[in-house]
Amino acid sequence: MRSAIHFASAALALAALASVAAPPALAADTPNPAADARAFQKYFIDKFPKLKLADFVNGPYSLNEDMHKQWEEKEQFPPYEFSLDMGKEMFSKPFKNGKSYADCFPNKGIGIRQDYPYFDDKEGKVVTLELALNRCRVANGEAPFSYVKDEMAALTAYMAFTSRGKPFDIKIPNDPRALEAYENGKRYFYTRRGQLNFSCASCHVQNPGERIRAEILAPALGILNAMPIYRSEWGGMGTISRRFTTCNVQTRGVPLDPQSDEYRDLEYYLSYVSNGLPISGPGARP
Amino acid sequence: MASTIRVRATSSGDTTEVQALIQHPMDSGFVKDAKGEIIPPHFIQQLTFEHDGKSVFVANWGTAVSKDPYVKFSFKGGNKGDDLKISWVDNKGASDTTTAKIL
Amino acid sequence: MTITDNGFTATRRLVLQGAGLVILVGLGNIPLGVAPALAAANDKYPEDAFKQKGEADAIKSLYGKTAEPSDKVKLDAPEIAENGAVVPISLTTTLADVTSISFLVSENPNALAASYQIPPGTVPAVANRLKMAKTSNVIAIVEAGGKLYSATREVKVTVGGCGG
Repeated sequence: MRSAIHFASAALALAALASVAAPPALAADTPNPAADARAFQKYFIDKFPKLKLADFVNGPYSLNEDMHKQWEEKEQFPPYEFSLDMGKEMFSKPFKNGKSYADCFPNKGIGIRQDYPYFDDKEGKVVTLELALNRCRVANGEAPFSYVKDEMAALTAYMAFTSRGKPFDIKIPNDPRALEAYENGKRYFYTRRGQLNFSCASCHVQNPGERIRAEILAPALGILNAMPIYRSEWGGMGTISRRFTTCNVQTRGVPLDPQSDEYRDLEYYLSYVSNGLPISGPGARP
Repeated sequence: MASTIRVRATSSGDTTEVQALIQHPMDSGFVKDAKGEIIPPHFIQQLTFEHDGKSVFVANWGTAVSKDPYVKFSFKGGNKGDDLKISWVDNKGASDTTTAKIL
Repeated sequence: MTITDNGFTATRRLVLQGAGLVILVGLGNIPLGVAPALAAANDKYPEDAFKQKGEADAIKSLYGKTAEPSDKVKLDAPEIAENGAVVPISLTTTLADVTSISFLVSENPNALAASYQIPPGTVPAVANRLKMAKTSNVIAIVEAGGKLYSATREVKVTVGGCGG
């Protein structure tokens, strides 16, 4: 009996100690996405003092005059036009059961691109727009689309187009799982991998505006705002999934499956730190 | 099926500016596919623009015109609401035609 | 004449091109001597010019004469193409009586890329997007008043690796 009391008081004392020690330790280690995003955006603004925040959504075209001119010429009749038309047509065409994409999304899917990805508290995971589109298809008895092919690019192109100019508005709810997903995405972004031993940040944080071989690297800030993109290098459209997998391949790493937890978390992180920058997709890139 | 031809024709003063984008692979015949086999040439050879019964612009193209080709030109005349007829024919004999309104 | 070589291998195609060259160059010389007005009225696809390798042969096949450089031909092209597959190239000119505008890329397998007929009333200016195999001179030809004028610009093409 006495020993039990003794034990209990020791436990109490420990708890008291912990509560005293905890706050400063927590302050240093606790993830703080809002502070991250501020620091992230400040880094790019300091690096490119001539650019306005919204210019970053135009990627490498904002960083080089000769390229900017080629881009302006391209945008007179942009190469993603056919994909956009295809997406619009697909979006408005009902499924076999009579329902349509509009039934799966808030505001019938119009002008909502800036809210994706979001953290789904029922699933406990991040849900991207590409994932939500395929879930919509499957829920309505349709086969899912490939995440890296034209159909998915066309659908997301249309949804981005209806959201142009709306600032990214990614929310991290007060849920430790959401914060963990954000942290996982951040870790993925800064971790070196592949035979070239590059992280995403090696190119898109440390060296935007520099040439890697022939190409001018895009800044990570605003990089997803322009998705999906028509890349001249691909001779066609690509989704966020395609961008992530090719990035891994280009650094001679092993790409993950599209919409794997890691990529979903990465998209969550990368979108969140671009909060406030306008959606500009679909885009055109070299 | 949707037309392969996208046109924007805008009249301003006495000039009509025309921009067109056409969906076509424009395969050069010099590129190999994933299996290492040459993709045969497949390209638009001639693209014509007609206004008021006469041609205002004729493009003769080889294989070095980019995929989903684009062209821009202007002509004198042409009023808002006029028709502009655009047609192309490729090296395999395929073709497409559309009529656009001048805006 | 229609192209039916869609099933041919590269080698066979090259052989055929060689043969076509000889025959068509011979043919091409005939109408040129007949009537200068023919060029403007000729709606036929200049198949043979597109099959020539170098720019000199292509220009000769297309027009039957040579061009002289002119500062009245303004050729606009990027210094460094962002991607050789899509190079925006445009031309304007202050020359009068323009009947056609052509673009050639010296280092491409076939130099002639595009040739545009400019009927009376059409503004002598055109913008298009061309493919370039590698760093090369781009040559623009303007046919005006029966004579040929040219402008040349070098466009650097670098093949993409990783990034973007």
